[in-house]
Amino acid sequence: MENKTFTISVYSENNVGLLNRISGIFLKRHINILSLNVSESEIENVSRFIIVVNTTEKWVQNIVGQIEKQIEVIKAFYHVDEETIFLENALFKIEASLLFDEKQIQNIIKESHSEIVTVARDFFVISKSGQRAEIESLYEKLKPFGIMQFVRSGRISVSKAKMEISTLLEELS
Amino acid sequence: MKNNKISGAEAVIRCLLEEGVDLVYGYPGGAIMPVYDELYKFQDQLQHVLVRHEQGATHAAQGFARATGKVGVAIATSGPGATNLVTGIADAQIDSTPMVCITGQVGKHLLGSDAFQETDIIGISTPVTKWNYQITEASEIPEIIAKAFYIARSGRPGPVLIDITKNAQFDEIEFSYKKCTGIRSYNPKPTLDLEKVKEAAELINTAKKPFIIFGQGIILGEAEALLKELVEKSGIPAAWTILGLSALPTDHPLNVGMVGMHGNYGPNVLTNECDVLIALGMRFDDRVTGNLATYAKQAKVIHLEIDSAEIDKNVKTTVAVLADVKESLTALLPLIKNNSHESWHNEFKEKYEIELEAVINDELKPKKEGISMGETIEMINKHSKGDAIMVSDVGQHQMFACRYAKFNSTKSNVTSGGLGTMGFALPAAIGAKMGMPDREVVAIIGDGGFQMTIQELGTIFQTKVPVKIVVLNNEFLGMVRQWQQLFFDKRYASTEMINPNFIAIAEGYYIKAKKVTKREDLDAAVAEMMASKESYFLEVMVEKENNVFPMIPTGASVSDIRLS
Repeated sequence: MENKTFTISVYSENNVGLLNRISGIFLKRHINILSLNVSESEIENVSRFIIVVNTTEKWVQNIVGQIEKQIEVIKAFYHVDEETIFLENALFKIEASLLFDEKQIQNIIKESHSEIVTVARDFFVISKSGQRAEIESLYEKLKPFGIMQFVRSGRISVSKAKMEISTLLEELS
Repeated sequence: MKNNKISGAEAVIRCLLEEGVDLVYGYPGGAIMPVYDELYKFQDQLQHVLVRHEQGATHAAQGFARATGKVGVAIATSGPGATNLVTGIADAQIDSTPMVCITGQVGKHLLGSDAFQETDIIGISTPVTKWNYQITEASEIPEIIAKAFYIARSGRPGPVLIDITKNAQFDEIEFSYKKCTGIRSYNPKPTLDLEKVKEAAELINTAKKPFIIFGQGIILGEAEALLKELVEKSGIPAAWTILGLSALPTDHPLNVGMVGMHGNYGPNVLTNECDVLIALGMRFDDRVTGNLATYAKQAKVIHLEIDSAEIDKNVKTTVAVLADVKESLTALLPLIKNNSHESWHNEFKEKYEIELEAVINDELKPKKEGISMGETIEMINKHSKGDAIMVSDVGQHQMFACRYAKFNSTKSNVTSGGLGTMGFALPAAIGAKMGMPDREVVAIIGDGGFQMTIQELGTIFQTKVPVKIVVLNNEFLGMVRQWQQLFFDKRYASTEMINPNFIAIAEGYYIKAKKVTKREDLDAAVAEMMASKESYFLEVMVEKENNVFPMIPTGASVSDIRLS
């Protein structure tokens, strides 16, 4: 079975230690987590984990089964890229003078559909939302001018198919 | 108005009493002292057994749980007390044993400060617990302990660890207790799909060579009577995993023996010849299946299982029935047609004859001068009449014990299956005997494993618990030696044991002790041991280099099981 990128979605109670419990399931199988994002979900007091891994479908099934088995996990799913809408966020901190001295930078910002979130005396910050390849392409274009700081978030995603979590929770409570 | 407030420590004890606990195992220390102070006050309602090492507390709690079906409880202090529990917790996790461990922790204000005897037991125990939780406020105690017991015993059971900071033990709360009846994110009882039951019945009824393998799920789900009914009605030969042993009487005519690495010849070979494989409350462990790529590929597989994560994990099922096995068997039974499968059953008989000739006769009636482990187990059978609980340790003696022991009733076989924890048996036997005082409990231990938890002889002496201890001494770490002989050209690296005088040690603890070196003395010695009203230590010097056969070498197919 070939390796593929899978997005695992976990709906859980918001409890101390659960992140450790979930990451341990990957650790146990020697699987590297490519990206991890934890946030609130559409349901009050329910957290949502978005975990991206590269592995086989057999393994991801097994992992999702083990995740779902954890007491405080309400439901876990996995999807391939075609089944979700997903993106990442990146921030680039760049020396302020370049914004005025290098005309090309303004073109790069425009063409990449990124935006300037702040301009200070010494630096300005570009924010870019999109897929990994778009962010990487922007990075390559800005690199020659000198990037003071760069950071990219984990993947966030929503599934195209309906998630039946709310109805599930109603049934449970 | 009367002050109804009690300390968190007292609340812990009251929670235990509310859960019906009357026996706990443990070892005191700084961070758990408030709880011990309450144990002292409540000693007429709640017995605390002082073990000699915290690992012993977990294994005793496991032995208690496995023999009774109730939740075992172990208590320890923070730091080393807590870390010493880890082996037993991991053992309980992999063998699905309901257990609640309570550890003390440094005060909340000291958490994370590398305080004296502080250790992150939540972090350490997370991968080996079904659930764990750190209580830092006394007010959390009743709800969390109620949850702990609910989680430990429901669904697929397992160990839960509750870590309680010292301030939470001292602080006072208004106590009220409500048993936990459900947690919204946790569904321990999946809803039975009757369509799946029908599909399973259809497959079973039309099968020409159906074969049942049952595991501990039958015992945990209290479905022994249903299993027996199913087997008798359908006429299907039934084999067991090591933890399924005793769920069906060993002398039942349709009980065909053990599957797996050192299981019986027929059940292993015929796994790859059956047309429908019916797995009941078992998880297709690698020691059961051998090479998965060549495991039961010809068969349609029906899996009755409570844990959805186990379905299709190792073996792809044709029909998966996700439910409590008692519920699914109850629904399945009326749909099953009477059958006898005589010619199929004869294949098991033929294979048994082969094994009898090649392995069993030599083991039970050895021609060598030295005593064999198998004949010792047979001797225990003779005197126990199959009514004793057998608690075995890990290694060759364990395989001989499970292969040759006779059991009439369920919950009679207590052993460390999944984790293979040497040192398990002595403390587990203490727990089993305390849980089932009216049953005879015999621990079968090797000379290696015995020395891993030998200090629990002190617990036996102090509590006077009348367990019978049999050490099968071959002066080797026998199972590893066997592998060295077969796969490492007899390079016996660190497997030979120069042992102390075990009799003197047992007698040092004032336990009656006897050593047998000759076959002719074995019968009388076992008889004396079984007749003893007190604990009894029997050391049997056995043949040094005997091997356990049959054997499926690691990575081989069940079809390629070796008889020698």
